[in-house]
Amino acid sequence: MGNTINAIIKKYNGDETRLMDILLDVQTELGFINDWTVEQISKSLDIPQVEILQTLSFYHFFHREPRGKYTIYLNDSVVSNFYGKEEIKKVFEEELGIKTGQVTPDGLIGLFETACIGMSDQEPAALINEHPFPSLTPDKVKNIVKLMKEKKSIEDIKGNKYGEGNNSHYLMRSLVNNNIREKGAVIFSDYTPGEAVKKIVKELSSTDVIEELKKSYLRGRGGAGFPTGLKWEIARKAKGDIKYIFCNADEGEPGTFKDRVILTELPKLVFEGMIIAGYAVGAKYGILYLRNEYRYMKNYLEHVLQEMREEGLLGSFINGKKGFDFDIRIQCGAGAYVCGEESALIESAEGKRGEPRDRPPFPVESGYLNKPTVVNNVETFCTAVKIILNGAEWYNKMGTKESKGTKVLSISGDCERPGIYELEWGFSVNDILKKAGAKTQDVLAVQVGGPSGNCISEKEFNRILAYEDLSTGGSLIIISKKRDLIKDVVLNFQHFFKEESCGSCVPCRTLTVIYEKIIKKIVDGKGTKSDIDNLLSWAAFMKNNRCGLGQTAANPTISTIKNFRQLYEEKVKGNIELFNPDFDENSAIKDYMEVVNKK
Amino acid sequence: MPNKKKIIATTSLAGCFGCHMSFLDIDERILDLIELVEFNKSPINDIKKFTKHCDIGIIEGGCCNDENVHVLKEFRKNCDILISLGECAIMGGLPALRNGIPLSECLEEAYLNGPTVKDANPRKIIPNDPDIPKILNKVYPCHEIVKIDYFLPGCPPRADLIWNALYALVVGNEMLIPYEVLKYD
Ligand SMILES: Cc1cc2nc3c(=O)[nH]c(=O)nc-3n(C[C@H](O)[C@H](O)[C@H](O)COP(=O)(O)O)c2cc1C
Ligand code: SF4
Ligand code: SF4
Repeated sequence: MGNTINAIIKKYNGDETRLMDILLDVQTELGFINDWTVEQISKSLDIPQVEILQTLSFYHFFHREPRGKYTIYLNDSVVSNFYGKEEIKKVFEEELGIKTGQVTPDGLIGLFETACIGMSDQEPAALINEHPFPSLTPDKVKNIVKLMKEKKSIEDIKGNKYGEGNNSHYLMRSLVNNNIREKGAVIFSDYTPGEAVKKIVKELSSTDVIEELKKSYLRGRGGAGFPTGLKWEIARKAKGDIKYIFCNADEGEPGTFKDRVILTELPKLVFEGMIIAGYAVGAKYGILYLRNEYRYMKNYLEHVLQEMREEGLLGSFINGKKGFDFDIRIQCGAGAYVCGEESALIESAEGKRGEPRDRPPFPVESGYLNKPTVVNNVETFCTAVKIILNGAEWYNKMGTKESKGTKVLSISGDCERPGIYELEWGFSVNDILKKAGAKTQDVLAVQVGGPSGNCISEKEFNRILAYEDLSTGGSLIIISKKRDLIKDVVLNFQHFFKEESCGSCVPCRTLTVIYEKIIKKIVDGKGTKSDIDNLLSWAAFMKNNRCGLGQTAANPTISTIKNFRQLYEEKVKGNIELFNPDFDENSAIKDYMEVVNKK
Repeated sequence: MPNKKKIIATTSLAGCFGCHMSFLDIDERILDLIELVEFNKSPINDIKKFTKHCDIGIIEGGCCNDENVHVLKEFRKNCDILISLGECAIMGGLPALRNGIPLSECLEEAYLNGPTVKDANPRKIIPNDPDIPKILNKVYPCHEIVKIDYFLPGCPPRADLIWNALYALVVGNEMLIPYEVLKYD
């Protein structure tokens, strides 16, 4: 075992900033990372054990006890629950004879839950040994358990009904489907890899590239909408001998899965965007930060990178141009939504806990290893390539006044056609409901932009998706009238934020707990009117948090109280204010009675 | 100036009486106070039972046993306004440090295994007389049991903060909260 660990550490040149990779590899080899292993790694890397423990304890896919030869992570997202996750969980528990959170006594199979794994278009889904198993049914679960008990290989358990497109590539062999429902003119239009690189080498200087992007008004697709040309320009001008380009493929916002599909079908487009960014900014290194839930794509993506090296698109002398050197590595995460925040992402890629940094300095000035770093979303890089190929003028013809081009939307929830839609900016929510096959009269609410976004009611279905109206990173969850909005959606989202808070800021780490608790209280019929008022007024404190997670963590509650207050009032109706209905004296003294009555 | 004196009650639940001590630190202003208010049930005058309905109830300490709960509920019934005074009432305070440990472990450590009791309790008894209060599974802040109208933070809250709050409530003015009275370092 010591040898295995040393070999892994050697593979990463004993570099402590690669601790994430080291831990991921060690866990893959040994199954878990216990105190002895931590000690070995600490000796080998010559760093204190606490530094390893800090990183290890931060990510929920790292574990210090065995979690079974087969480890099942059942998706606990809102949409997974809509599509019958509880039933699937029950079948797993019955077939395995254990509860969720346990491992079978023979150590063979462990059953756990996890936050949204980016499969909202094919729920309920689970990860088993990092392989996605979408669209689960009780029968499928029974079969999976049977094969696991027969100790079949994960490939045998998967079977051969692979998804369409590159999902069935021999290096991926995944059961995931793309569900691309509508292709638009930017991302999913015709594409020949390498053309944009060829074009810049021949025709455009690095400042030309930036000027073209600025003219296109391209804004980041990761949610915040920062102008991409400007970001690259600042990074270009920033002082530093070494600069980095990061592609943010953490895609942790529940209900979002567009980057999964783009990476599956258009990896070269993503990587070419990073190469162009490298050219524009003067960076020679790129890192794709891939969420652990998408680690099943890693071998395939490595293979694509290798192809691009062979095609002369990566490496030195790109397209024969002297000084145009660029290469990309893949950094996998280990399960933490906050790592999608760009400075947390950088911390994580440096092998540390994914805690957001104080800003300024911004990553463009001081990012990865304190060097100027550009972080962009997967879709942003793809769009940049198309703008370089077709020009800003072409791009500006699409969309609205402040939102140019198209947006790739992840649509899920209660509709007939969940999946990926690439639409010009400027569509109304109503248009989208129609496309997705959801009848407006059946729809109670639409969650726009994930839990950190906005939950809107029918009154706002005519609003337009655009930065100037309903801004979104691209996810829409359709919620029908048969759902209990507060129980099925709000409670789940508040639980999510509680679990995912990194814990640095007091309002974030305490109020996320309290929000979940009070929502649970209201769901249990024990809330009061002042609970509703409190939930609203506490939101002000959340604005003081360091990063976007904490700043938006009360949004599920706040936006639903604003738009669906009636639903809250029905749940608290008749409860008296003066004596908290949630406090039950008999259950509070139960433990004591048990202790004193023992003998 | 209100023509009828406001009636105040106070109690210490799972607290250390430090908050009450801080209350007494208003010093000579206590003379002004008794011009403005009348005390009912309170350790300050040793009135043990409510004898009339009160305007303001001041609670020190959270609830660690069922008796605390009963007293707190009685305060809620008998007072128009309830104030949580101090860290213990507001968040459970020091006593709530036990909240992360199962009650059985706490009791065993306190009565059976702790170094000072190990040999002193040969019959291994955890006190269980029906007359003594029953310990709750955890220490609760007051607002998790009844509605609390105002919270005065501090351990203990400064005398000036208590005075300003009471004065404002009694006279009906807006409360003065200068930086110093809410500053803790
Ligand atoms: C909690 C949190 C999670 C985030 N997750 C993602 C993500 O998964 N993908 C992403 O591209 N941006 C995410 N972001 C936004 C990034 O911080 C950053 O703004 C973005 O990657 C910049 O790229 P863009 O300009 O191309 O949008 C997240 C931000 C926060 C606060
Ligand atoms: S807001 Fe929350 S997630 Fe963000 S840094 Fe603070 S504690 Fe961490
Ligand atoms: S808040 Fe401080 S002073 Fe007041 S009862 Fe608690 S420990 Fe004592």
